[in-house]
Amino acid sequence: MNEPVREPILAVQGVCKDYVVRRNLWGRPSQVLHAVRNVSLAMRAGTTLALVGESGSGKTTLGRCIAGLARPTAGSIRLAGADVPRLSGAALMRFRRTVQTIFQDPYSSLNPRRTVGDAIMDGMVIHRLYDAAERRDRMIALLQRVGLQPDHARRYPHQFSGGQRQRIAIARALALSPHFIVADEAVSALDVSIKGQVLELLAQLQAEEGLSYLFISHDLGVVRHFADRVAIMAGGELLEEGPCEQIFQAPQHDYTRALIAAVPRPDPARRRLRRG
Amino acid sequence: MTHPLSPLLVVRNLVTTFDTPRGRVKAVDGVDLTLGHGEVVCLVGESGSGKSATGFSIMRLIDPPGSVRADVLQFDGKNLLAASEAELDRLRGREMAMIFQEPMTALNPGRTAGNQIAEILRLHEGLGKRAAWARAVELMDRVGIREPQRRAHAYPHELSGGMRQRVMIAIACALSPRLIIADEPTTALDVTVQAQVLQLLFDIQAETGSAVLFITHDFGVVAEIADRVVVMRAGKIVEEGDVRRVFAEPREPYTRALLDAVPDVDAPAGRSPAWAARAAPQPLSGSGASSHE
Repeated sequence: MNEPVREPILAVQGVCKDYVVRRNLWGRPSQVLHAVRNVSLAMRAGTTLALVGESGSGKTTLGRCIAGLARPTAGSIRLAGADVPRLSGAALMRFRRTVQTIFQDPYSSLNPRRTVGDAIMDGMVIHRLYDAAERRDRMIALLQRVGLQPDHARRYPHQFSGGQRQRIAIARALALSPHFIVADEAVSALDVSIKGQVLELLAQLQAEEGLSYLFISHDLGVVRHFADRVAIMAGGELLEEGPCEQIFQAPQHDYTRALIAAVPRPDPARRRLRRG
Repeated sequence: MTHPLSPLLVVRNLVTTFDTPRGRVKAVDGVDLTLGHGEVVCLVGESGSGKSATGFSIMRLIDPPGSVRADVLQFDGKNLLAASEAELDRLRGREMAMIFQEPMTALNPGRTAGNQIAEILRLHEGLGKRAAWARAVELMDRVGIREPQRRAHAYPHELSGGMRQRVMIAIACALSPRLIIADEPTTALDVTVQAQVLQLLFDIQAETGSAVLFITHDFGVVAEIADRVVVMRAGKIVEEGDVRRVFAEPREPYTRALLDAVPDVDAPAGRSPAWAARAAPQPLSGSGASSHE
């Protein structure tokens, strides 16, 4: 590639994450789950890296390590200039502002007892950004940015549909003008019509504000149309990583080929299921 | 039993409503549906379209505050609306079975997989304890569970999602029912497991000759399995027809919009996806409700 050489926004080096499943009588680990095994990755600012794998592949655990929500057992993670596993105090607060996470189920990540307006302004209050009037203005602007109405601010999460709640979660993530978003199955639960709208919004924000996305997903159809690069994980290991089209057109790994082949095609003429 | 050429299931003007504190919600609003013997029909739609409520209504599994009305709700010549709870219990399991999206909630967490399969055989076939257990192990083997002898003693939480769904299929197919209603049975599974479970479902369908009403939001799955497809929106049927016809030339703009919105894993992509930029259908708000999605 003849891309200009730039400092990557994310550099993951030899990351491992173990969970102790069981300890023996003396409190020593007797059974350990290797959720992530020796993964190295890098990504440029303003791009989207898709992390693809099936359940148990370690993609979510790796995403949590990168977002600073879990501490790797070994290895280093540099994100937006920060040494993520060693962050604490004021540096950690700064990091939490620049790196935001959107989860799959906005119903469990939004507080049901707080209005949508308050939920979006929470981060600004915690980080002591802007005065009260500016926060309100920003909150209203964000609601409109994600296609909702200003008067939605007074409502509660349960008064919205799943697609609207996911857009609220996005507005909340954007409130602190992050540089990097970890989106963990952020559109997986959405209906296909809404999915397109939310992805379009994310693409637009990337084009306008240079946001970088770590897009964790099992949906290969969406990944092919949304990611710049794709990393395939299985059993905690990184099997292959490369430009999106290369992964789809010339997968190197048998597992990647099997994964792509297993996606049901929306075309009855290409039916592969054997009917008796 | 009715004549084999007469349809297995006839539904006319099905209306399912739920009384909520904020008024009555019509989840299903005048649905007509006919299923032939051994036919595979996909009921497809977005959340809130009423597709799950339609399946639950046919099984007569809607409880108050929900209520089901229909001009005709006939299964194998029997009027399901007039059937007593005892008659329905006899029909469910033996004649018509349901497979749910989340087997973890549909299976009893406190009983072993083998026990739950054996139970239906004891209840409906009158098999003794030992014979029912032996048949349950056979069925587990049939649905592709390795080491069925050992796994029969496993509790649902000790099985993977794919295994649990295989156990559900074993229960549903244990008595070779004539109608299987499957509500998003593979939605929670990984794609490679989904492909295996779909294949299994249709191998068994071929053996038993059951008709299948398959409820899904995934057009990829529809293309893979359906003879006929029925598209629902806001409690109503917007389009139905032979699966090849509907995919090749959808008559309704809504169907076309839904099909266009499906990202094609085989199509090379540009940066801003064309399928996302295309005007996607706006969901209707305030109508339709589906508590099972």
